[in-house]
Amino acid sequence: MLTRTLVLAAVLLLPGPALAATGVPLERAGNDVHNVASLQRGARNFVNYCLGCHSAQFVRWNRVAADLGIPEAALQQNLMFAGGKPFDVIQSAMPPGQATIWLGHAPPDLSLIARSRGTDYVFTYLKSFYADPARPNGINNRVLANTAMPHVLWPLQGLAQPKFRLVTVNGRTEQHLVGLEPGEPGELGTEEFDAFVRDTVNFLDYMGEPVKAKRESLGIWVILFLLAFWLMAWLLKREYWKDVR
Amino acid sequence: MSEKVDHGRRRLLTAATTLTGAVGVAFAAVPFLASWKPSARAKALGAPVEIDISKLEPGAMLNVEWRGKPIYVVRRTSGMSEGLAKLDGLLADPASKASDQPEYAQNSVRAIRQEFLVVLGVCTHLGCAPLGRFTRGDAELGADWPGGFYCPCHGSRFDLAGRVYRNMPAPTNLAIPPYAFLDDNHILVGQDQSRAV
Amino acid sequence: MAKGASSAAAGGTMKALVAWIDERFPLTQMWNEHIAQYYAPKNFNVWYYFGSLALFVLVMQIVTGIFLTMNYKPSAAEAFASVEYIMRDVEWGWLIRYLHSTGASAFFLLVYLHMFRAMLYGSYRKPRELLWIFGMLIYLCLMGEAFFGYLLPWGNMSYWGAQVIVSLFGTLPVIGSGLVEWIRGDFYISDITLNRFFALHVIALPLVLVFLVLAHILALHEVGSNNPDGIEIKDRKGSDGVPLDGIPFHPYYTVKDIMGLAFFLILFCAVVFFAPSFGGLFLEAPNFEPANPLQTPEHIAPIWYFTPFYAMLRAVPAFFGTQVWGVLVMGGAIVLLFFLPWLDRSPVKSIRYRGPIYKIALAVFVVWFAVLGYCGFMPAVQPYKALSVMGTVYYFAFLLLMPWYTSIDSHKPAPQRVTYHAH
Repeated sequence: MLTRTLVLAAVLLLPGPALAATGVPLERAGNDVHNVASLQRGARNFVNYCLGCHSAQFVRWNRVAADLGIPEAALQQNLMFAGGKPFDVIQSAMPPGQATIWLGHAPPDLSLIARSRGTDYVFTYLKSFYADPARPNGINNRVLANTAMPHVLWPLQGLAQPKFRLVTVNGRTEQHLVGLEPGEPGELGTEEFDAFVRDTVNFLDYMGEPVKAKRESLGIWVILFLLAFWLMAWLLKREYWKDVR
Repeated sequence: MSEKVDHGRRRLLTAATTLTGAVGVAFAAVPFLASWKPSARAKALGAPVEIDISKLEPGAMLNVEWRGKPIYVVRRTSGMSEGLAKLDGLLADPASKASDQPEYAQNSVRAIRQEFLVVLGVCTHLGCAPLGRFTRGDAELGADWPGGFYCPCHGSRFDLAGRVYRNMPAPTNLAIPPYAFLDDNHILVGQDQSRAV
Repeated sequence: MAKGASSAAAGGTMKALVAWIDERFPLTQMWNEHIAQYYAPKNFNVWYYFGSLALFVLVMQIVTGIFLTMNYKPSAAEAFASVEYIMRDVEWGWLIRYLHSTGASAFFLLVYLHMFRAMLYGSYRKPRELLWIFGMLIYLCLMGEAFFGYLLPWGNMSYWGAQVIVSLFGTLPVIGSGLVEWIRGDFYISDITLNRFFALHVIALPLVLVFLVLAHILALHEVGSNNPDGIEIKDRKGSDGVPLDGIPFHPYYTVKDIMGLAFFLILFCAVVFFAPSFGGLFLEAPNFEPANPLQTPEHIAPIWYFTPFYAMLRAVPAFFGTQVWGVLVMGGAIVLLFFLPWLDRSPVKSIRYRGPIYKIALAVFVVWFAVLGYCGFMPAVQPYKALSVMGTVYYFAFLLLMPWYTSIDSHKPAPQRVTYHAH
C-alpha cells in the first residue's frame, strides 16, 4: 500500500510536456534576457510590427533605453516614431476604441504577456498562423483558434497551410487540425524567422520584468555575503556550544 | 573534563559576527530607505515643462504648473525693467544674496533675458501664490506702487523681479527655478541651459 | 588605559540607565525570565529552528507590507497598475514585493514544519494544550491573512480565487446567500470587497496575529519547552533549581538561532533573487493579467499551501444537491487538529519511544497530505478525484482513530535524562 502510494506519487510529480490549452504542443522559445543584442533587435521588431496595435503601458521608453544600452538620441530617432518624451510609457498610436471596431477584439497590452502566458506560448503563437478561407481576414492560428489578430508577420514568414486528418470521435467523423505545413514563402527562411520571433519574444520577456537581469546578478553577491555570514555564525555557535555536554 | 573557556576567542567571534550582521542589516535597510526617493513616475511627472511664449503680450503673465507649483512667466515692458534699479532702497535683499536662484539669474533683473521674468509663484513666507499686480498706482496698494507681486495671505510685496520689500512677512525674494531658452518662443522650465535637450 | 577607563565609565552609565528603567519597567526581569534565565532543553535538534524563523518572517512581512502599502492603491481601478508601479517605477520596489510574496510562502512552509515537529515529539501534550491551541489559532489567522492578501493585486487569479472561496459560504443552509453578500459588501467581488479585504489584511489580522504570537510565546515560557525525547526537564533539577538538562536560552539558543537564520536566508534569498515566481507556485501566471469578471482562468487552483484542503473540499460529492458537505469536511479537517492534545493517548510523548503503529501512521499521513496537496492543484478528474477521496479518508482516520491506535501501540520507556550528543 505504502509502496504503491509512493510510486504513484513519484509518477504524478514528473513534469508533463507543456501544452497549450487546445492541446497544441508548445515550442521552447529559447531566449536569453541577458543577450542585449537580441533585446535590441527585439525592441526594433516590437516597434515595427507590434506597436501599431499593442501598447506596453507599464514600460517607460527611458527604462528600455537605459537597460538596453541605447543612447537617448538613438531612442528618439530609431524607436520613438510617434514622438513623445523618453519618460513616457509605451503607448500604441491606435485609439483604443478603434482597435475593437476594426479587429473585433481589443489588442491586449503586452507589458506582461510573457509572464501571464509564458514565452513558449507567445513564441509558438507567433509562428502558428495559417491560411483559413472561412475566417473574415483569411487567417487563423493553431495556438489560439479564431484569433482576432492579423498575421502581421506574413511578409516575413509567408503563409502556412493547415494539415487535416479525419478523426472519428463518438461515431462522428471530423476534420482535426494536426499540424501546419509551409505554404507561400516569405522574405525570411525558417531559421531566420525563428530567430526574428525569438528576439521579439526576448524583448517581451524583458518587458515583463525589466529588472530580471539586475536581480540575478545582485543575487549572486547576496548569496556570497550570506554564506560568509553563515560561516561566521556557525563558528560562533560552535565555540559557545563547547560548554554544553 | 571541562576545558577552560577561551573568552578572547568568544569575544572575537562575537565581534566578527556582530559586525558582519550589522553590515548585512545596513545593506538590507538600503532598499527600504531608497524606495522613498522619487519614483520613475514622479520624475516623469516632475519633468521639465516647455512653455510657449510666442503669444505672451508685453506686460502680461503666464501661469504654468511645474512639480505641482505655479511658475509665473512675465513679459516685462522696458518701463517695467528699467524701474527695477530705482527700488533697491526699499528692498530687503536687492542683490539677491539670501534668495534661491540659479547663478545665471543672480543679476539686477533676476533673469537670463531682461524681457522675461521666470519665477516660482510661491510666497517665501508660508507658501501662498502671490497675485500679479502690474499696474502702477494700484488703488489698494498705494499711488506709488510701481507694479509687482502682492501676496493676499499676509500682505507681502515683491517687485517685478520677485524681490521682497523691506518689513514684509516674507523673509526672502521669490525663488527662480532652473530654466533655459530653447529658442525665442520656447522656455524650458526645470532644467538649466547646460543640460537642456 | 584611558580607553579602558572610558569604557568602564560607559559601562557604568549603561548600568545606571538600566537601573533607572528597572525602577519603572520590568526590563531586566523580562530579559532574565524570557531570555537569559529561561532554561530550554539542551537537546533541541533541527526541528526546533522553525519557530524562531517563523517569528523572523512575521516581522519581515510586516516591514515589507508597510512599505508596499506606501505605494499600493486599494481600488479596483488602480490596484493592478499600482503593483506594476511598485515593480518598475519605485526604487527597489521589486525587491520589497518579492520579499513579501516569497515571505508568504516561506511563512506557511515554516509553520507546517513547525506543526510537524509538534506531531513528532508530542509538543501539544499536557501541559502544552493551550500552547497548541494558540498555535492553531495563529494558523487559522494566517490562512485568513493570506486569503485577504491574495485579492489585493487584483489579478485574474486573485479575483476568481476570491470568487470561489467566498461562494463556499453560500453553501451554508438558510444564511448562505445573505452571508456571501455581507462578506462581499456587494453583489459580486468588487472594489468594495477589495477595500475591506485591504483593511483586514493590512491592520486587523496583523494585530490579531501579533497578539496571538505573544500569547503563544508566553504560554510556552509558562510551562517550558518540550524536547525531542518528550520528557519534562523540570522534573530533574539541580540543587540551584535549574533543570539538569536545561541551558539558558541566551547565549546558547540566541547563537544557534542566528546560525539557523543565516542558513534560512541563503535558501530564501536564492528564491527571491533567482526564482521569485517559483515556476508559477508563488506568483501564479494568470495573476499577471488584470481581474476579468467575464473570463475565468483556464485552470483555477488555490496557492500551494491551501491545496490539501481544497482537494478535501472537492473530494466530497454534492449529496442532496448541496456542496455544503465538502465545506464542512474542509472546515472539520482544520477544527479536528485543535483536538490533537486529547486524541493522542500514548503514554509517551516523543516518536522516539512510540511503537510502530504511530510511526507508520504518521509517515503515511505526511505522504497523503502531500498527495492531497498535489491533487488540489490538478483539475477534478481521475485519478486525482479518487486519490483525493482516499487522502481525505486517511486524514480523518488518522485523527479520529488516534485515541484507539495510540493506546494499543507499544512503547519504550522514556529516558530519565535527555539524549544529547555534543555538537
